Amino acid sequence: MSPSGEQAGSVVRLGGRALSIVDELGRFSLLAVDTARVAFRRRFPLQDVLVQFESIAVRSVSIVAVTALFTGMVLALQTVVSLARFGAKPYTGSFVGLSIILELGPVLTALMVAGRVGAGITAEIGSMAVTEQVDAIRAMGADPVRKLVLPRVIACTLGVPLLAVLADILGVFGGLVISAQSGISPDFYISTVTSTVTLADFLKGISKTFAFGWIVASVGCHLGLGTRGGTMGVGRSTTRAVVISSIAIFVADFFLTKLFLVL
Amino acid sequence: MTMSGPFLELTGVEKGFGAHGVLRGLDLRVERGAVLTILGGSGSGKSVLLKHMIGLLRPDRGQIAIEGRDTEAFTESDWISVRKRIGYVFQGAALFDSMTVFENIAYPLREHGRGTEEHVARRVAECLEAVGLPGVEAQLPAALSGGMRKRVGVARAIALQPEAILYDEPTTGLDPANSRRIGQLIRDLQSRLEVTSVVVTHDPVLCRMVSDEVALLERGRLTAQGAASELEGDQLPAIRGFLEGGALDWSHTSAERGEGAV
Repeated sequence: MSPSGEQAGSVVRLGGRALSIVDELGRFSLLAVDTARVAFRRRFPLQDVLVQFESIAVRSVSIVAVTALFTGMVLALQTVVSLARFGAKPYTGSFVGLSIILELGPVLTALMVAGRVGAGITAEIGSMAVTEQVDAIRAMGADPVRKLVLPRVIACTLGVPLLAVLADILGVFGGLVISAQSGISPDFYISTVTSTVTLADFLKGISKTFAFGWIVASVGCHLGLGTRGGTMGVGRSTTRAVVISSIAIFVADFFLTKLFLVL
Repeated sequence: MTMSGPFLELTGVEKGFGAHGVLRGLDLRVERGAVLTILGGSGSGKSVLLKHMIGLLRPDRGQIAIEGRDTEAFTESDWISVRKRIGYVFQGAALFDSMTVFENIAYPLREHGRGTEEHVARRVAECLEAVGLPGVEAQLPAALSGGMRKRVGVARAIALQPEAILYDEPTTGLDPANSRRIGQLIRDLQSRLEVTSVVVTHDPVLCRMVSDEVALLERGRLTAQGAASELEGDQLPAIRGFLEGGALDWSHTSAERGEGAV
């Protein structure tokens, strides 16, 4: 190929890639709108929502708990040493509390759920898609969005904030354990946390997690439904679901934080 | 709703996935109360064609009429009322593997609110009886053999007492004995329920066993069509050629299964 031909080829490829991203975003938005629409129809699938809540939220408690606890502990470990250099060791509680409640609790919870639940949703719906079970739902006159997507989106959107509350509590507790070993009394630690962290901080952190939960489930369902190409396709979609929802969580976190600072 | 005329009529239907044309101006009439078999090699577009008949796929061009009603302006709820009246048997059975056989067959009944749980249970038992599998209600699909799964798939497709049943490759992956059993089942349902049936297959034995009418799908068009009785004479050389293994079409790949569209 001549140099200009090569250039033209790469422009075409770039254009094709851009179009496919726009196409993907378009289909994602359509699914999101569709999901919101079926949520307000009669015969709300409460039973399905409860089943999903169990598998999405309840079964994520242990990994979220372990993650939060150890994050709180390691944060305190680092903070005690760092602050001691400035003679500011007593502020460990304030520092750990703010970090956990504003950022780490919500974001780490969302990332753990993206890894565990997002992958699970995509693998499950993707397997159904490649074995024509999604088509079967439609063929029987039912709606896959109401049957598969809506229960997962609701369960995840409401489940992640609850898990984040748990993560906040355990993260701060982890900090307390390590601080106590470093000579900061638990009472003092608690009082520094409560005097620094306000209710508004807590609510800001938690309100972001509604968006994170929605992202994890919506991305998972969208990629699951679009799965093609047998078991390999399921593997590809699952990996993409975790990658895309994790990145989307970081991006959304930045913009939501920015928004809350303006408000 | 007209009771005369064809049950289904496709005119000039075209469908492609990306740059790849699967159906290329296909015309087809499905007459009431008969078994129409559509023959075609792997990748000839058989499943894609079948999916158009209940709106799982929409054509790029051309018309599909159901009982004389053009489906172009159909909303999803129009299609849902069509799908309640047409049973669809998927190639791999497409049973919900997280549910028992009972829940699978009860699914369309519950979805469309057909009676009390007692009615549902009775109807599920009837359907399993009809496909020769009484008493497997509590099993999970994974515990069944391939042939049994297909028959459960048929049981689920007839649960709502459809007027038509579409079979996507009903004998693929089955041994000869199970294939015969499926063939007998199709014939049996035909005579007992007086439904309209469309069978897409590449299985010559099944074709000879069940068909009233036979059509050959090649490169996205029907290239031959006739009564099954004509197969023994010289009227349908292309179809005979296919049945005897002479006309395989290797030109297409996965677009056959409707992959590439939701």
